[in-house]
Formats: sequence, C-alpha cells, structure tokens
Amino acid sequence: MSVLTVSNLQKSFGKTKVLKDISLAVEDGEIVSIIGSSGSGKSTLLRCITKLETPDAGEIQAEGKMGLVFQNFNLFPHYTVLRNITEAPVHVMKIPKETAEMEAVELLMRLGLADKARAYPHQLSGGQSQRVSIARALALKPNILLFDEPTSALDPELTGEVLKVIKSLADMNMTMVIVTHEMGFAKEISDRIVFMDKGVIAEEGTPEEVFASDNVRVKEFLGKF
Amino acid sequence: MAAAEILKFTGYMCEAAKTTLGVFFLTLLFGLPLGMAACLGRMSKIFPIRFITKIYLLIMRGTPLLLQLMFFKYAPYYIFGVTMETYTAGILAFSVNYAAYFAEIYRGGMESIPKGQKEAAFVLGFTKTQTFFKITLPQVIKRILPPMGSEFMTLVKDTSLIQIIGVAEMYKLATQTMSREVTVIPLVVAGVFYLVMNAVVDKFFTTVEKKLSYYH
Repeated sequence: MSVLTVSNLQKSFGKTKVLKDISLAVEDGEIVSIIGSSGSGKSTLLRCITKLETPDAGEIQAEGKMGLVFQNFNLFPHYTVLRNITEAPVHVMKIPKETAEMEAVELLMRLGLADKARAYPHQLSGGQSQRVSIARALALKPNILLFDEPTSALDPELTGEVLKVIKSLADMNMTMVIVTHEMGFAKEISDRIVFMDKGVIAEEGTPEEVFASDNVRVKEFLGKF
Repeated sequence: MAAAEILKFTGYMCEAAKTTLGVFFLTLLFGLPLGMAACLGRMSKIFPIRFITKIYLLIMRGTPLLLQLMFFKYAPYYIFGVTMETYTAGILAFSVNYAAYFAEIYRGGMESIPKGQKEAAFVLGFTKTQTFFKITLPQVIKRILPPMGSEFMTLVKDTSLIQIIGVAEMYKLATQTMSREVTVIPLVVAGVFYLVMNAVVDKFFTTVEKKLSYYH
C-alpha cells in the first residue's frame, strides 16, 4: 500500500523549472533516499510534498499525517525541549497535556535526551537539536517521516548520532523519505534510492542497482564521493 | 522662588503629571494594537491594503505631530461643523501617530524571525493564528524591546506637545509658572519629572529584557 504517491509533479520558480514531471510512490514501511547534486530539486520535492510550496501541476496523495525534519532544525527557541515536542500534540491534536508530556518524555528517553527535557534549544548541540526536532516530528505519530538533509548542518561527529537515531527508526519500520548527501548511509539504510538530476528522476532502484548504474550523471555524481 | 513655593509648585506638577501619564498610557493602549494592525497591513500580500497602509505610515511619520494635533482638534469643526473634545482629539492624534512608528518597529521584528519558524509551525499543523500568537509574537516582542524602549521614552517627552491644543499638563504648567514667577526653577522641576518618568520606563524595559534572556 502506498503511503505517499506523487504524480507528474511540476514546479517552477520564475523561469527556472525546478521539478519537471516527478512521479514517485512510497510504500508502507519503505525507506527511500533521494540523492543528487544541489539544485537538482530534491528539497523542492520535499517542500511540495509537505505543502510548504504549491506545485504548478501534478498531484500528491498522502495517507495520514506527515512529519518533516529540517536541515536547520527550526526548533522554537522560546520553548523548552519538552514544550517544543508537546505543543503540537496538545494544541493541534488536542491530546491532554499530561499524556502528551508522558509521551514526549518517552520519546526523549528513546533518543537519549531524557536529561534535556527542561533545556532550551540554545543549550543543545547541533546533534541534540536535530534529535529533538525528530522527536517533535514523531510526537504527532506521522505515517511518514520526511528528512530534508538532516545532517548537512552538523559536523561528522554529530552526524553519527543523528544517523543512529534515523537507523533506530528504520528498525521500527517507520516509513521515511530522506534527502541526503550521506552516500554511505543512504546505501546502508535505504530500500530504494532515487537519484535526481535537473528536476527529473534520472535513476531509481535498490542501492545496489543505483550504485552500479551505467547512467552517466549517476556515475559522475557518485564518483565525487 | 522660596522653598515653600517650590514645594507648592511640585504639588501642582503632581496633578499635571496625571494628565501627562494619561496621554502616555492611552496612546499605548490604542497605539500598540493599532500599530500591529498597520504592521500586518504593511506586510499584507494584498496590494491595495499594503498601498493604503504605506500612505498612512508616510503621512504619520512624514508630518509634524504638532501639525497632526492641530488637525485632529480643528478639522472636525472646519470640515463637518462638529467639535471634538480637546483631550479626545489629542489622544486620537497621538495614537494614530505613534501607531505608525510602532508598526515599523513590529515589522523590523517580524522580518528578523527566520522563515523556518513559520514553516516548522505549518508542518506541525498550527493554524495561522496559533503560529502568530505562539511562535512569532513572543519572539518578536523579545527582539523589539530595545527600539520599543526608546520609542516609549520619546512618547513620555512628546506628551508635552499636547499643550498646543490647550490641554493642561506638566510643560504648560511649568512654562506658565516660569513667566509668572520670573524664574527657571519650574523648568528644572519639570525636567526632573520627565527624567524620573523615563527612568521608570528604562527600568521597566531592562527588567523585561532580563526576564526574556532565558532564550536566544
């Protein structure tokens, strides 16, 4: 069953066609990594899926709720870690505050941040911030979790702790779409890799297939790593 | 002026200070929300709203408050033949004038909030109203405290302008007493009154800034 179906998506900014006829389906429990050079349209695709951008043409169908993890975390600086996580469940989903807080504490424990519940975002490292933002997205119990370059703002050491968390979500069969530049990680974790180039999906398949692809652009891109 | 006279004058000044404070607080009461409305109008995606707001901001900030006070006092009579109560006209002029400055301060604050904040709120499912009151406004308030503090202090001093339309307040009392008694002491006393008021405003803002320093 598809959790997310994108059909014939098109998006331009001014005269630049960023997405040219993108179609993509994500099955329940599947992990799809989207790779490609900067400007290939990866982030725009994610932003269209999450309705942060309005597509010019095409359709997006999603089952249930979606969660999005940003490159720059976008935590709310004036709220504690706990409130960053509970604010949406309490005020959007109308879950009782006590329940939301219990669930948030559980999430924080799972992500190794139990002692940070009362901290403010500026007191966290980049890796901790990104884990909190993952917890914030998970608190809404999404059917699918989307990551927009979740480790691009982090140094290699902190990248590791975030990737570990994403891996643990994979072990729990979370459906995920991950835009990433971490090739090794994408290869290891993905069921499917989508290679985007100049607004189209140039190659798509299992990690083995994509990494062994004869496509010139794929070879060029992967050769850089 | 003898000591007893100065003391007596200070007593009168305390009475006049009530009017000054009245102008100050009423201007804030009406001007702060009106300023937010004007700020949202100025940032509106709808061109006519944005255009009209821009004109309003230009007129209010581009002409003397003194002139605006006279206008609000006399225009209703000259144009419609109705008289507006002097104090009401004064408060009206102050409110629409200060709202224009507040609007630009708000706008500066709003535009300094990273776009990602709104985007995160949107993806989490907050409504526009929730996003404004829960996410944007609290962060805007923290960021605009320094310019707002200065604006409040300017307002304390500007209240003296209302005497041009005949409202008796501290400045008027001080200058009248000066002429009658042939001494500058009333001016010095008035200066102390304004200074103390602004010291309180300053203290208020530093306290709030400190209170909000728990996050960056």
